[in-house]
Amino acid sequence: MNNRRNFLKKLSAISVLGASSFSLLNKFSDNTSLAAVTSSSSEKNKVRWGMVVDMRKCKDDCELCIDACHQVHNVPDFENPKDQIKWIKKAPYPNLFPSKNHQYPSENVKSKPFLTFCNHCEHPPCVRVCPTKATFKKPDGIVEMDFHRCIGCRFCMAACPYGERSFNWRDSRSAIPNIDRSYPTRQRGVVEKCNFCSERLAKNQKPACVEVCPEKVLTFGNLNDPNSEIREILKSNQASVRKPELGAKPSVFYIL
Amino acid sequence: MKIYDSGKIGLGLIFFIALVTFPFWVSIGGNKQMPELKMPDSAHECVESKEFMRTNHMRLLNQWRDSVVRENNYIYVSSTGKSYVKSLTKTCLNCHSSKEEFCERCHTYASVRPYCWSCHLESE
Repeated sequence: MNNRRNFLKKLSAISVLGASSFSLLNKFSDNTSLAAVTSSSSEKNKVRWGMVVDMRKCKDDCELCIDACHQVHNVPDFENPKDQIKWIKKAPYPNLFPSKNHQYPSENVKSKPFLTFCNHCEHPPCVRVCPTKATFKKPDGIVEMDFHRCIGCRFCMAACPYGERSFNWRDSRSAIPNIDRSYPTRQRGVVEKCNFCSERLAKNQKPACVEVCPEKVLTFGNLNDPNSEIREILKSNQASVRKPELGAKPSVFYIL
Repeated sequence: MKIYDSGKIGLGLIFFIALVTFPFWVSIGGNKQMPELKMPDSAHECVESKEFMRTNHMRLLNQWRDSVVRENNYIYVSSTGKSYVKSLTKTCLNCHSSKEEFCERCHTYASVRPYCWSCHLESE
């Protein structure tokens, strides 16, 4: 019987159904949103390794940390800038902090070479683009490379906003001055970068650069432990990270 | 029914079959000896049994690799309950001290070319 009463009944039933399915859809789309995918973060974990670089203490002409890192990791030394591989390097202030730089930089940053290495981001863009999961984020916050899986596509190099990745264009063994046989070299055609010395952390040692620095420029520690030395330093100093506007949340902090 | 040029065809067939079966008859009576591996003098047992290692060493090494690189898990507990460091160069080669006389003899015989040594280094 199609009277007014039945029509209104059907209309209300359909609208209830429609409204409920809408909220259900919302719930599903929430779970698959970008935020949910990328927030599998080490922020909630026990350990998130990080570094503070106190540039006030860093000597311009000292490269002990660079030498130590490149020695323990068998990083080759190529003449041609295109072939060079760097896990840690020095670069000018505007290169590191392009959005902070302005016409009249202060004397202490103007001509100072800044230490720079992989930021081990909380939301690493390199990990999101890697097609083989050769680069990945470990639960302790370290962005690691699995050289066995790297196919050399260099998507990660394009994605890294900090330019901290190098590609092996050549066979590296011939260009390593003193080969350390306890650590592997890399094959031609893979990407490499700083690994926060995971292999040393496993032996309860600090990263090589931290250990060798005579000026105590580098402080390494657990960012998730509120009582750690690194957190104490961050509490009492104004620190900066590189390109914070990108939201990658670096684990390397600079005191300028 | 008559086959035209049956002589030529037969000769061709014989030649073809001989060519296809070349790898089989050329090795008749040849050297079929298994490669002899140099066993370590110091150690008498491997991380797992000899039979297991013979068939599964490559899988075990892959598992070790993934768990060390991805899970920070450096210790392997064997089926007998002993613990070993998961390392090709530090554990395997510690006993099997020469890769030429152990790994490569078999790998050359079986014509497999793993790429371990394009990155990893033997200790001197």
